[in-house]
Amino acid sequence: MARSIAFREALREAMNEEFRRDDRVFLMGEEVAEYNGAYKVSQGMLDEFGDKRVIDTPISELGFAAVAVGAAQNGLRPIVEFMTWNFAVLALDQILNTASKMLAMSGGQLSCPIVFRGPNGSAGQLGAQHSTAFESYYANIPGLKVVSPSNGYDAKGLLKQAIRYEEDPIIFMESEVMYGEKSEVPEEEYYIPIGKADVKKAGSDVTIVSFNKMMKVALGAASELEKEGVNAEVIDLRSIRPLDWMTILESVKKTNRLVIVEEQWPFASISSEIAYRIQKEGFDYLDAPIRRITAADAPLHYAPNLVALALPDVERTVKLVKEVMYMKK
Amino acid sequence: MATKFSKETYLYWYELMQLIRQFELKAEEKYKMEGKIRGFFHAYVGQEAIAAGCMTATKPEDAFITAYRDHGLALAKGISAKACMAELYGKATGCAKGKGGSMHFFGKEERFFGGHGIVGAQIGTGAGIAFAEKYKGTDAVCLTFFGDGAARQGMLHETFNLAMLWKLPVIFICENNNYAMGTSVERTSNVVDIYKLADAYEMPADSIDGMSAEAVHESIARAVKRAREGDGPTLIEIKTYRYKGHSISDPQKYRTKDEVDEYKQRDPIEQVLKSIFDNKFATQEEIDAINKRVEAQVEESVTFAEESPWPDDSEVLKDIYVDQNYPFIVD
Repeated sequence: MARSIAFREALREAMNEEFRRDDRVFLMGEEVAEYNGAYKVSQGMLDEFGDKRVIDTPISELGFAAVAVGAAQNGLRPIVEFMTWNFAVLALDQILNTASKMLAMSGGQLSCPIVFRGPNGSAGQLGAQHSTAFESYYANIPGLKVVSPSNGYDAKGLLKQAIRYEEDPIIFMESEVMYGEKSEVPEEEYYIPIGKADVKKAGSDVTIVSFNKMMKVALGAASELEKEGVNAEVIDLRSIRPLDWMTILESVKKTNRLVIVEEQWPFASISSEIAYRIQKEGFDYLDAPIRRITAADAPLHYAPNLVALALPDVERTVKLVKEVMYMKK
Repeated sequence: MATKFSKETYLYWYELMQLIRQFELKAEEKYKMEGKIRGFFHAYVGQEAIAAGCMTATKPEDAFITAYRDHGLALAKGISAKACMAELYGKATGCAKGKGGSMHFFGKEERFFGGHGIVGAQIGTGAGIAFAEKYKGTDAVCLTFFGDGAARQGMLHETFNLAMLWKLPVIFICENNNYAMGTSVERTSNVVDIYKLADAYEMPADSIDGMSAEAVHESIARAVKRAREGDGPTLIEIKTYRYKGHSISDPQKYRTKDEVDEYKQRDPIEQVLKSIFDNKFATQEEIDAINKRVEAQVEESVTFAEESPWPDDSEVLKDIYVDQNYPFIVD
């Protein structure tokens, strides 16, 4: 039986179910316990599991990330909540130089089964320092897996997978603006393997690839295009690293056209990697250059018109799709 | 002079300290004379009493984690000289399969959590290892080593705060050898007594002579007892001295030969030996036999390293993920 629940509830259910299954799982972060979560993701968890397992930290990202990494290397399975990935930059040394590298450096002896999660990217007029989307940063790092879901159903299945089955460090990207969004989530327990994209809408004329909250732009553009007789296929990556490029390639073989919509800055972004892969593996199938819409190549400003201009939107996506289809404007 | 430590303790200290020193001197020779070892190389020569005292004050299940000057503590924790030398050579039989090198020795079985290369980063990781022990309800502790240079990193302060807040069973050990690479302690802070940094977090602290295995043992034992009883962390500043440069390529223009010689007058191994003779714990012949045994062990480690194979080419993409089916990008 499916119910409609909010994204934050889906995440909470994932954690609650895995907490009940395995005592080694704990949650650590700023305001996760007594405050019930800065975005109420962990609401009620302190009451059920107590302060041994739901742990408030001081504002000390580097320090508590390091404690969690050490705990993961010594037999526990921590979940670290960052209030935003913008603050996690302070802990990047632990993620990059310890969590991601220790298995290799130790010749396979020390693994680090840990989940780092929290909201990522822009969320309105928050100014430059609270608005960066970090998927491409972490996707660059061998040893990590990077997950960036677009809806509560995927988020729950992927987070449960990360906590229970993954023995490698996981970067889990959410979004402030998605926490309240409802989606259909079954009562029954389920897991979604990391590394598999999802074709959200089948189509034959053009492939649109996106992830996280930009999926709304991708799907919105697809509906607009439908009105003009263009049947777009829309793929939700769900996992950024590893990247399920085979699903994109299979789609491009059918549509011969590819547009990527993402919130990253353009240089060395997720679309850069996808474009490289598809031109190499699918050169003969392409009838137009691969195109993309990214965030503007600038820090995000405050003014609402500048925010709107800097981020991908439906209108520009529709226009770009028409360009790769060589349609009249 | 009567001593409260047993004959067995002294002979253990002596043999371990000699093993560390002879291992380091041999490795340095293989680096400088034969080019068999490459990369950054930081010797523990002069600091052996710390490893010795820490070992007798702890149990095998207690964890150690340190920075890149890690050979001595790895040997102390029981990683074989063979596996250590092979690691320096970059061979497949090394304690990190030839993937770590001098700065990244590891021994999961031996509870040696490495060998870390980012100054101060392991301070927080060590507190996390201790966090896990407390969480699991064991009485094991984590000895977390760092240098005087690391005392100026933000990580130290964040970790001290968390470790006191959560009363973690961690012993913070600052091996103060007086130089952060080429910068003396006085040139890095207004606070030159590093143990005083604990005061800001109301953490118990101690400052001791690192050339004395006895002093190290006693201070560590007090801290370990407190940690095991649930009373939380201690900072121990151990005043030590490295006879060698920061790394093998350090011309050491920041200090005088007289200064180095002054410390060599208080050599920690000579001090242990003197106690052994003063207490008639061993004869010269028995000491000679230990020396021979150490020498043979070091020679054997070199032969082992020389004869061991390089890691297989396929190792490039191994040990990156526990997930054996990870689809690496290969072009």
